Amino acid sequence: MTTSSHMIELRDVTHAYRTKAGPLPVLDRLSIQIPENSFCAVVGPSGCGKSTLTRLVSGLMRPDQGEVWLHSKLVTSPRPTVGMAFQNPVLLEWRSILENVLLPMEIVKSPMSKAEATERAHQLLDLVGLTGFADKRPSELSGGMRQRASLCRSIIHKPDVLILDEPFGALDAFTREDLWCTMHDLREAEPFTCLLITHDLRESVFLADQVVVMSGRPAHAQHVMNVDLSGKRTLEDLYSKNAVDMLAILRHQIQVAQGRTVDTPAEARA
Amino acid sequence: MNDTLRKILAPTLFIAGILAFWEWAVWYNNLPDYRMASPSDLIPRYIRFWDLFLIKSWETLWRTVAGLGLAVVFGTLVGMIMGFSRFAREGLYPILVGFNAIPKATVVPIVALMFVGQHDFNTILIAFMISFFPIAVSVSIGLSTLEPEYRDILRSLGASNVTIFWKIALPKTLPEFFGALKVAVTLAFIGTNLMEIVSPHGRGLGDLFDSGRISADYPLMFAVLFALAALGIVLFYFVVFLERIFAGWAERSPN
Repeated sequence: MTTSSHMIELRDVTHAYRTKAGPLPVLDRLSIQIPENSFCAVVGPSGCGKSTLTRLVSGLMRPDQGEVWLHSKLVTSPRPTVGMAFQNPVLLEWRSILENVLLPMEIVKSPMSKAEATERAHQLLDLVGLTGFADKRPSELSGGMRQRASLCRSIIHKPDVLILDEPFGALDAFTREDLWCTMHDLREAEPFTCLLITHDLRESVFLADQVVVMSGRPAHAQHVMNVDLSGKRTLEDLYSKNAVDMLAILRHQIQVAQGRTVDTPAEARA
Repeated sequence: MNDTLRKILAPTLFIAGILAFWEWAVWYNNLPDYRMASPSDLIPRYIRFWDLFLIKSWETLWRTVAGLGLAVVFGTLVGMIMGFSRFAREGLYPILVGFNAIPKATVVPIVALMFVGQHDFNTILIAFMISFFPIAVSVSIGLSTLEPEYRDILRSLGASNVTIFWKIALPKTLPEFFGALKVAVTLAFIGTNLMEIVSPHGRGLGDLFDSGRISADYPLMFAVLFALAALGIVLFYFVVFLERIFAGWAERSPN
């Protein structure tokens, strides 16, 4: 196959970091497929190469072996059709929130005019609940609010792929749940394909259409789970039987990945 | 208390208090002016030599600013090279530290011989040499400690290194840069005076200080020290003023 019908596809990606103690393999024939406009969450034990994955998909790094495809194109360098957000919101302290959100527009060639982009920035800020904060400095905002602003910045240029590297990891539980709902609102407002790296299994089930569990290092896709929660998800859905069962399976898979237990199907254990 | 009022009133009160104590201490201990001149001894000197004070201050000031300007350009360049290239940083660091460790008073006679008669150039050179180190170090630290996420946020959009420098690295380093500039401005001032006093050539406040010494006019020497302090304060607050304009965002409001 020389092309990919998926929005994001990783094909047998193998990667190692060169360290003083010799090569440190992090990914071993990792394959993931993410269809257009679908949401994929990647979970796995600490240090299993989840962040490496984001750098490979965004083109910041190239894999030793294997291929990364984005929108039927082989990824060889960063592409402006990608949006990124990290655990650290990395807002530029010397700019207002609005100027921060508009930052990608200064880099990416876009059909949007400056006025249109500003209009869009205000709409996005309204959508994530930052109405009235456009002219504030990042230092005047709380952690959760900064992360909201960072999300707006990651999609201002209408990327077709959004890569989120634990964006809610440093937030308190309630703020995090708020932001999960914000993510659903954003996706409803305009669809995009999303790759989310997270440590939080509830987050992965609540947000994603597909959860990939990575094995311990060097990592491959140990388990792929399709999340089918019908209709518009609410936080209450997380306490439904369906969701609890899925969480149990994921929990078990993580333990397998950590090498704490052998891989027996969840049903067999019951 | 009103904010502006306090900013003017507090230093005025403190300066007045210190001067009053000084005056009292000299009077109380009955010290002769060659041991310790009192503030009231200085006023006649300023009145008598006001034109000299103006001319000499200007000579000291412009040469200090020129040396500092060179230090900013050169220090920033070296800092950029060291900040972006680990190889260059590891290679240049010991050289810079060694250079900085040389007492500049020992360099003055060497420079004076090297460029005989080029007094302004020599003075600027010493002011520059003594003050570029903190700038180079702070710029290099500012650039090399830039969190990778900051770089990635632009790199993932396909931005070039030049764009990343102008949009992120440079503005993010400005608070460190101004911190170093505040140190450098005082150092440059010391450099200028060092040249004026160690290698006298009839220019600057250092020369006026020297005249005081030669003619045994001790209050004049003290008067020069005060003029130097005043110039230093002016230069320092000019840097603070620039900092407010270019890096005011780094200052947190107290509440």
